[in-house]
Amino acid sequence: MSEPLIFEISSPGRCGASLPACDVPPTPLPAGMVRADLPLPEVSEVDIVRHYVRLSQLNYGVDKGFYPLGSCTMKYNPKVNEVAARLPGFVRTHPYQDPDSVQGNLALMFELQEYLKELSGFAAVSLQPAAGAHGELTGVLIIRAYHQSQGDGKRTKMLIPDSAHGTNPASTTMCGYTTVEIKSDGRGNVDLDDLRAHCDDTVAGLMLTNPNTLGLFDEHVLEIAELVHNCGGLLYGDGANFNALMGIVKPAHLGFDVMHFNLHKTFSTPHGGGGPGSGPVGVSQRLAQFLPGPIVVLEVTEDSCVCDAEEGEEHAQECYVLRLARPEHSIGRMKSFYGNFGVLIKAYTYIRMLGAAGLRQASEDAVLNANYLMHRLKKVYPLPYDRTCMHEFVLGGPPPQAKDIHTMDVAKRLMDYGFHPPTVYFPLIVHEAIMIEPTETESKATLDAFAEAMITIAEEAVADPDLLHSAPHVTPVTRLDEVKAAREPRLRWTPPQ
Amino acid sequence: MKIDKDCRYVETHEWIRVEGREAVTGITDYAQEQLSDVVYVELPEVGESFAKGEAYATVESVKTASEVYLPVSGKITEINNELDTKPQLVNEDPFGAGWFVRFTMADPSELDDLMDADAYEKFVAEEKAKGGH
Amino acid sequence: MTYVPHSQAERQAMLAAIGVDRVEDLFADVPEALRFPEISLPEPLSEPEILRELQGMSESNADLDHYACFLGAGAYNHYVPSVVDHVLSRSEFYTAYTPYQPEVSQGTLQTIFEYQSMICALTGMDVANASHYDGATSMAEAVLMAVAVSRDKRRKVILSPTIHPEYRETVRTYTQGMGLTVVGDELSAWGQGIDFDPQALKALLDSDTACLIVQNPDFFGQMKSPAALQALADAVHAAGALFVISADPISLGLFTPPGDYGADIVIGEGQPLGNAISFGGPYLGYFACKDRFKHKMAGRLVGETVDTQGRRGFVLTLTAREQHIRREKATSNICSNQALCALAAGVYLATLGKRGLRTVAELCYHKAHYAASQIAALNGYQLVSKEPFFKEFVVRFPKPVAEVNRYLLDEWGIIGGYDLGQVYPHLAGHALLCVTEMNSRADIDDLVQALKEAAA
Repeated sequence: MSEPLIFEISSPGRCGASLPACDVPPTPLPAGMVRADLPLPEVSEVDIVRHYVRLSQLNYGVDKGFYPLGSCTMKYNPKVNEVAARLPGFVRTHPYQDPDSVQGNLALMFELQEYLKELSGFAAVSLQPAAGAHGELTGVLIIRAYHQSQGDGKRTKMLIPDSAHGTNPASTTMCGYTTVEIKSDGRGNVDLDDLRAHCDDTVAGLMLTNPNTLGLFDEHVLEIAELVHNCGGLLYGDGANFNALMGIVKPAHLGFDVMHFNLHKTFSTPHGGGGPGSGPVGVSQRLAQFLPGPIVVLEVTEDSCVCDAEEGEEHAQECYVLRLARPEHSIGRMKSFYGNFGVLIKAYTYIRMLGAAGLRQASEDAVLNANYLMHRLKKVYPLPYDRTCMHEFVLGGPPPQAKDIHTMDVAKRLMDYGFHPPTVYFPLIVHEAIMIEPTETESKATLDAFAEAMITIAEEAVADPDLLHSAPHVTPVTRLDEVKAAREPRLRWTPPQ
Repeated sequence: MKIDKDCRYVETHEWIRVEGREAVTGITDYAQEQLSDVVYVELPEVGESFAKGEAYATVESVKTASEVYLPVSGKITEINNELDTKPQLVNEDPFGAGWFVRFTMADPSELDDLMDADAYEKFVAEEKAKGGH
Repeated sequence: MTYVPHSQAERQAMLAAIGVDRVEDLFADVPEALRFPEISLPEPLSEPEILRELQGMSESNADLDHYACFLGAGAYNHYVPSVVDHVLSRSEFYTAYTPYQPEVSQGTLQTIFEYQSMICALTGMDVANASHYDGATSMAEAVLMAVAVSRDKRRKVILSPTIHPEYRETVRTYTQGMGLTVVGDELSAWGQGIDFDPQALKALLDSDTACLIVQNPDFFGQMKSPAALQALADAVHAAGALFVISADPISLGLFTPPGDYGADIVIGEGQPLGNAISFGGPYLGYFACKDRFKHKMAGRLVGETVDTQGRRGFVLTLTAREQHIRREKATSNICSNQALCALAAGVYLATLGKRGLRTVAELCYHKAHYAASQIAALNGYQLVSKEPFFKEFVVRFPKPVAEVNRYLLDEWGIIGGYDLGQVYPHLAGHALLCVTEMNSRADIDDLVQALKEAAA
């Protein structure tokens, strides 16, 4: 089943591209600057198509089957999104064109900003960040800018629960803050006593994922917000799990000051094998001036106004133009241009297709599916936090009677049953964690089939442990030697000697 | 678990072997077992100085990265360049070919706080009993 | 349309299995007063309705299929072969996640390995990662890495003033909390013309310098000779710092790779490699470095290994560098890459190959020089760029650039150059024009005629 590398099917003299002849008089190339060799492959178009089609067939995607990767929200990616994002009028526009010539793009971005504000309760949104971690860095920089604007230089600590994603502490360090880990309590909430003990005037903020990485809605979220605010800190929301909350509660109402969205999780844009994503950031009114820019704003065009509004009256929609504007005390831009526009089109399409009721239905069914699967599996697998979950839940590894079997073995065996494994060994606070997020787009039949497979694997784990140790058996390759890969790194193709 | 009787130990599982004003250090057999397959060791540069207990190196396995601390204060005089291509020496021979650095001690009296082999053996047994590492 | 498959009966069956009456009961942990807020969004649309709406919005734009484009400045109108989008449309690629489970992700992993290999070939470097968000964030990551290579001891970063202004701003945004000193692009020499003075940059080098970054071809399209850059690299290395080059990857199809003139890290915007211009994103930042720095590099990295049966396979490797393991001690917080954009870049490089990429670069070079010479011959227009330049050049206009561009757009259907006065006050009245293989001679002649009329 293995496919040669593109370099290995290269043959001198081939080219897969068709390019125009030079129709202008040539200019001599500058002396001493032309490269001697360009060691790229030489392949024909048919070689390329077959190579990449064969490679694609070695992959597992949502379109192939159930992909319950916890914390990643692998929901179905609607095909109309792909059609929308390929409309030439969008795709073939340059970011530095005169704004008047790209009003369609700006309108889409403006509306998406408004939709995200409405869903979250925040006062302002920037669409610029390219991914969740990028949005997180943006958010922490905004918190830093806020404290600086208050002349408050002594806040050096960022509080982060021990269940948090690794990006939270990494983003914190990049902003010059020290991470202070806050313990979880026995029900998977933030431990209020531990939090209270760390809340003082050196705290810049708390980064809270809610629902958290255990899939649990923190029962004390309002008290947490109060504690953090009372010591002068700000509450950061990691929006990775927003798929549980659309139409259920607005994060701003819970006391969050800033939050990033993951359009590639919650709003159905495909993950692309690791990207591109999109990580817009929403903030409360007092933080709006710090957003990275530019963002899209409406501007009245008095001079070209065509409606008959008298002075002081509201103008009709046509009297506005959309402009790109930089917030007054912006932290600066997080990347070039305005955000991953192609991804924004997909999220916009999704929101317009579902509407408010559809989005709430999506969140409700995501939570329903997770609870249903949790109830089926907890009869066989340990469940360390036995509470109503939100959109995902975390099992505590293989059944205890399966000696010598680890979570990784269960994960690998699931591949033999045609499923993508869940997230494993995360969150770190659960030993041998198995983190399952079914999403709302899966049917009861699929959930039942997955549950049956998990239950069968639990039986196999006792009856025939080697079957699990040697899994997977039906994949293009078996388990790979990660130690060899790291000890003797081969990170690019080199020609055979 | 191997323990070298001639070394002294710290609670973060480093050993130190004294040779006059100089000393050699690395991680213990227990530590390498906990890490599993070592894939990379990041060492300091010769000439750098570190305080007692300060992180001077990082050791990586496939799934972890751990800091390594200098048992007593000193200035690095030699690093084990062989680890660059053979990090597995840390697993295979932690007290010998898997050594990390040689350094000049700033204050040999700091050695007095360290555990001898017997004390370290007892310490590890307690750690294991707690189930922690 | 909600893409949820359940019937009401199925929902009831599932609720019964869970042991609750209504789905609302599952949200008891959410503070009651705040639960189920009013959400005001437009009414949902059907597929034909949303497509009609989007079609209308997209067609209200002036797009590059209907307008000749001479705008570049970091986002480029290059030909994307049909095969690229065909491959990207394979849903096995685009509906997969990061390849955490290598046994079912060999497709993604091998395409990234091939991408890494081709970026190494292009730049002349030893190691390339799986990509960053874009060219600007790649540059910021290069800065973080250079500081990390110095074990956080070196705190100064020197930026050439002819680096893309948005890249320089992104570096400052990223590093504002780290207490670094970012210098070089406020040189006193800067302010006259469009060139930078290597001597002035060299003078800033000291034992606190982590890296010095030069863009080549620079923001204005001009190139320095490999000899001049090697001399700069030598000075940077003598100071113990890293030499970072930002390069348009298309230019590397023709010109000396930065690995040949002393670069330690090579980064840049990968969009020209088979990615749609798409109003600024999604793009990818390519990132390559010398072998000895690989453990300090951020981002995903794919390596070759074998499976239990000895067959070749690929995995994410050297992961102990990354945030999910190092947490607060990681060099960067990045936990993804622009995989699909990197796939596009890989397919593009394979399709163009050894000869095709050079042809594209040569077409850009010849056409840009033809356009520059024609415009230089017009009354009132002055070519400010000096040789050698690649596909972009600077022209001083006889009238405000915005006014000329408006005329080009309205009367000729031409998207004109970048108005440099927006960012560089001393370059008011100067435009940065870009010509690629997408501009035919007829397009260029139209532009020249249009500029002539605009000046009248």
